[in-house]
Amino acid sequence: METALSLTVGLFFIAGIYLMLSKHIIRVLLGIVLFGNAVNLLIFTAGRVASKTPPIISESAYLPAGATANPLPQALILTAIVISFSFFAFLLVLAYRAYNDLGTDDTGRMRLAEPESENPPPMGY
Amino acid sequence: MAATGGTAIDLAAAIITAPTAPADWLVIAPVVIPLLTGALLVALRHRTGVQGAIALAGLALTIVCAALLFARVSAQGPIVMTMGRWLPPFGISFAADALGALLSLTASIVGFIAALYSLRDIDIAGRRYGFYPFLTLMMAGVGGAFLTGDVFNLYVWFEVFVISSFGLLVVGDDEARIDGAVKYAILNLIATTLFLIATGYLYGVFGTLNMADLHRKMAAVGSEAPMMTLATLYLVAFGMKAAAFPVNFWLPASYHTPKIVTSALFGGLLTKIGLYALLRVLVMIMPAERLALSPLIGWIAAATMLLGVLGALAQSDIRRMVGFVLISGVGVMLSGLAVGDAAGLSGAILYAVHSMLVVTALYLLAGMIRDAGGSFSLEALAGLYDRAPVLAAGALLLAFAIAGLPPGSGLWPKIVLVRASLDAGAGWLAAVILVTGLLTTVAFGRVFLLAFWRENADNPALAERRRKVPHLAFAALIALLAPSLAMGLYPEPFVAAAKNAAAGLLEPTPYVDAVFPGRAAP
Repeated sequence: METALSLTVGLFFIAGIYLMLSKHIIRVLLGIVLFGNAVNLLIFTAGRVASKTPPIISESAYLPAGATANPLPQALILTAIVISFSFFAFLLVLAYRAYNDLGTDDTGRMRLAEPESENPPPMGY
Repeated sequence: MAATGGTAIDLAAAIITAPTAPADWLVIAPVVIPLLTGALLVALRHRTGVQGAIALAGLALTIVCAALLFARVSAQGPIVMTMGRWLPPFGISFAADALGALLSLTASIVGFIAALYSLRDIDIAGRRYGFYPFLTLMMAGVGGAFLTGDVFNLYVWFEVFVISSFGLLVVGDDEARIDGAVKYAILNLIATTLFLIATGYLYGVFGTLNMADLHRKMAAVGSEAPMMTLATLYLVAFGMKAAAFPVNFWLPASYHTPKIVTSALFGGLLTKIGLYALLRVLVMIMPAERLALSPLIGWIAAATMLLGVLGALAQSDIRRMVGFVLISGVGVMLSGLAVGDAAGLSGAILYAVHSMLVVTALYLLAGMIRDAGGSFSLEALAGLYDRAPVLAAGALLLAFAIAGLPPGSGLWPKIVLVRASLDAGAGWLAAVILVTGLLTTVAFGRVFLLAFWRENADNPALAERRRKVPHLAFAALIALLAPSLAMGLYPEPFVAAAKNAAAGLLEPTPYVDAVFPGRAAP
């Protein structure tokens, strides 16, 4: 199980990084989504996929009876999902706004903040 | 050790039974107060008239709490508070040690002063967009990052201040800010995702993310775990946050685009959090890997310093120039991490405190130069020495401070770092620090020459854009200059605090004992 999940994580990373290397913002954003999901799966796998038993301890015991599922990675992933979802929503709006305002989604042509034809400071006066 | 039926379970084995001492609540005060202030400001978002006053009050209270926390931590060592009653490493701990308390105090002072400047800089439209809620929530994230004792929680606080910084970045009406925000947002998101990847692996190896617990378990792992991979991932992720070469191109692309007070806050605080995280993870948790990476960090530091300051020499926009100088300062701090002994680390920490104050002041100064001279560009600015003599005095003192000349605060951290590099046998690193200082002096000397001393040419377009520099801006500049000058003229308490913080990183036994009171390593 862990092997299959690890390979999936690797594929997600490959696809995500490939997309992030694009010049176009929308592909970069899709790459970021894949990247984020790869990390979530990675944390899930890192917590070991050993058992389907829920981690509930009976009232008179210190420890659960047998092996149980690990709840902590799921808590971590839930947090990460909420955060990456809100980030992605913001980035989508920002990219759309940039496309409207700057008229392009090609990062090579987004040079408003760093104009290509800027003079160096004067050498004297 | 299953209990027999009928016996009462001793909850003390898993749960904190004693309530937290009221004084220990101080640990979370620098986070909770700005968070509550931010929530209040969101609720009152239509009352633009009172937003500034509420934010100032909240941030002033934060300074008081951060100062009390710093005083207590200096006197009695690390203070810990664990959330949700679960014993660490299961409950999330907030742990204030000397380093975290020192940086959170400095950050809260910088945040308050920036808020003071913003009263005249942020107009009604900016307030309606939510400048003050974003500002206070970002300060909550910054405080949380400095005080948390858990790696995943550190990731959460990173995201809190990053998303608030996105909000701050897009407040305004200039199209360049959208361009800058796209690059800042995407590259910062990738950096925090790399941080999360490393954290996932860290959890897979150790089964814990509590920093004190990680420190205890590191020795037992030996060579089977891929620790070098982990350390390198953290170096890339936090290096990106700290704006270290070659992953720093988002900073010059974005830091000059928003409102000047936003640039000031970002420049003062955000890169230093990346550096803090590097110190915490590489020095306290993975010292062996830091030692192995030390030559690489040294080269990164040298490249960051030199390319940063060369970039500054090539800019005619003052804001962009300050951004590049900020980058070269990151290189100076990284050189302390590369040396890695008590002296090098205390130099890096001292420089972080200096850089928080002085870089914020430099951005505010750029805003005041724009007010007094009508432009940010060195091509257009002239005659400010006549028109704004007080501003000229402030600019000169700040130029000395950032270049590392007396009486500025940059002198002492550079002395400590140069000496530490020489003692560690890295003379070339010391030489790079000194050359960077010289080139910074040239860059700021030129600002003085062109913007202040050059004779005033009549330029009606420029004259139209001039306005009176508000008194509040001078107050903010002086409030930042005062601690910087104090550090330059009487460095003893600052150096002692930095040494104390570095010692806490290198020998974190008191920190671990505070997180796990009375329990031996498993």
